[in-house]
Amino acid sequence: MQTKTNIDKMLGSRRQEWRQRLRGLSQELWRDKAGLIGVALIFALLFMSLAAPLLAPYDPAAQDLRARLKPPVWSAKGTWKHALGTDHLGRDVLSRVIYGSRVSLLVGTTVVLLAGTFGVVMGLLAGYRGGRMDSFVMRWIDTQVAFPGLLLALIILAVIGPSMTTVIIVLSLNGWMVYGRMTRSAVLSVRQTAYVEAAEIIGCNSRRVIFRHILPNLTSPLLTLAILEFARIVLAEAALSFLGLGIQPPATSWGLDVATGKDYIFRAWWLVTMPGIAISITVLAVNLVASWMRLISDPQEREKQFARQMAILKKRGRSIAVPGKVVSQ
Amino acid sequence: MGRYFLKRLWHGAGVIFGVTIIVFVVTRLVGDPVKVMLPLEATVEQRAAFEKQLGLDRPIPVQFIEFMGGIARLDFGDSLWQHRPAMQIVFEKLPLTLELSFLGIGLALVLAIPLGIIAALRPGGLSDRSTVFVSLIGLSVPQFWLGLLLIVLFAVQLHWLPTSGIATPAHIILPAVTMALPALARMVMIVRSSMIDELNQQYVKTAFAKGLPFYRVVGIHALRNASLPVVTLGGWELIRAVAGYSVVVETVFAWPGLGLTAIQAIEREDLILLQAIVFTVAVTVVLINILMDVVYTIIDPRLKLA
Repeated sequence: MQTKTNIDKMLGSRRQEWRQRLRGLSQELWRDKAGLIGVALIFALLFMSLAAPLLAPYDPAAQDLRARLKPPVWSAKGTWKHALGTDHLGRDVLSRVIYGSRVSLLVGTTVVLLAGTFGVVMGLLAGYRGGRMDSFVMRWIDTQVAFPGLLLALIILAVIGPSMTTVIIVLSLNGWMVYGRMTRSAVLSVRQTAYVEAAEIIGCNSRRVIFRHILPNLTSPLLTLAILEFARIVLAEAALSFLGLGIQPPATSWGLDVATGKDYIFRAWWLVTMPGIAISITVLAVNLVASWMRLISDPQEREKQFARQMAILKKRGRSIAVPGKVVSQ
Repeated sequence: MGRYFLKRLWHGAGVIFGVTIIVFVVTRLVGDPVKVMLPLEATVEQRAAFEKQLGLDRPIPVQFIEFMGGIARLDFGDSLWQHRPAMQIVFEKLPLTLELSFLGIGLALVLAIPLGIIAALRPGGLSDRSTVFVSLIGLSVPQFWLGLLLIVLFAVQLHWLPTSGIATPAHIILPAVTMALPALARMVMIVRSSMIDELNQQYVKTAFAKGLPFYRVVGIHALRNASLPVVTLGGWELIRAVAGYSVVVETVFAWPGLGLTAIQAIEREDLILLQAIVFTVAVTVVLINILMDVVYTIIDPRLKLA
């Protein structure tokens, strides 16, 4: 049973290490208020989309023709019955905004996962195999990057017909190249390092070298990229749905709701405004988190930030913090 | 230099070839153009006649040769919606899209350079932080929604500008501003970060030390070096404007360019017109790419040696 205790010990120390790392991360998050707001907003959105049936006061598709085009609660004729007003069919705008978050988050997550996986795999193949594989993948990426994706999307949508699945397919097809490029260049630079060479010399197979020695180096840039891509995809889904090429009417999507509200823009400003604000807040939250992540994962930026903090502390006449230790007052 | 451009041209031709292949495959093999373009209640005879008219009853390789031949002659056939050559429609609409895109991205570039420089002069200062914050919001707002807000504000509430269409020169203001703002947000960030990098370089300190005036150091020495990434991004934005944002902006403002026509072609299930549009935009994009290469060699003398 010696081995078991050893494993337990190892797991225990690992867990502790993780806990410490998590604590450090949350401390850093607390210091960057913009990043904190972003993370809080994203958790709120996640909660909103998961608990949509509990939070929404009405069924998002339920029509009430007697309560059409009711303004939001803070305008003169608004009531708490429909806090954000109703649309031309008497559907509750608040409920539609709550349910709309589901589509945005679902499409965003799925596309990031699909495009990210494919891009990373292609990038690994190109960077690790090299030679003909590399030039083939890079030629492919260059050609696809040179040709803007929306037009391709239009042709595919015209032929297959719009639906959520088509949107996910089209956006994934258009979004994998960034991951591929980034992975390839990172693999190329990591391959030259001594530890990868050492791993190859002691006889690790290529799978172990890739997953154990190369990929962990890519996690933080890939994560930042994935978050930025998520923001881009939420916007792209909204734009496609707005153009009538994305999510189709019985379903709810923020972009779709802006499109329907467009026809009532002179009489009911809230129909366009509310879902638009929802999109903007979502994308802003994701962007805030992405810029915070870039700050903490870039050593140069960290150094600058540390220097700035030291300067502030010095100015206040306090003792200077040693990184990783508690500040003594 | 000459070889470099030959290589770029070759690459551009490759992109256009790739696009035509994809268009062919998607329209002939993935989907059924007859099913898309004819109404559901069309009879078998009508379908057969239509297939014959489009040449879809022949074997795929023959169709492909026909298709490529048509492209070489710039002849995609007649638009099903407007009953006249598709390329004729495209050539009518293309200038409108180019006008809107060049104006919008040009506006963004003209505004981004001074704003980015002002922010970069004191990183972490008030003007810097407010610029970054506003840009972040600009990045997060969907473009179509921004356009609608501008319509509500300047056309519906203030009655300063027309809502949509192309009747007077004033009609381009709102679409161009809508085109410019998200691009402006991205460009300001790039101008700012590349200017911060350049201003920390030794040569800037030398220039200051030998007593050059402030505007010369910042506006000529540093800006020239910082402009490379800005030009790269500007070209990229222009491409995305022609081939992407124009669809959204033109739909919001009923600006009758290629983007709006593409959406109408999809609504009317006119694959022939859509093919012509996609092909033309692909060629335009390749041409803009080559134009950007020319601009690089003018700005960056190092490229002339290559």
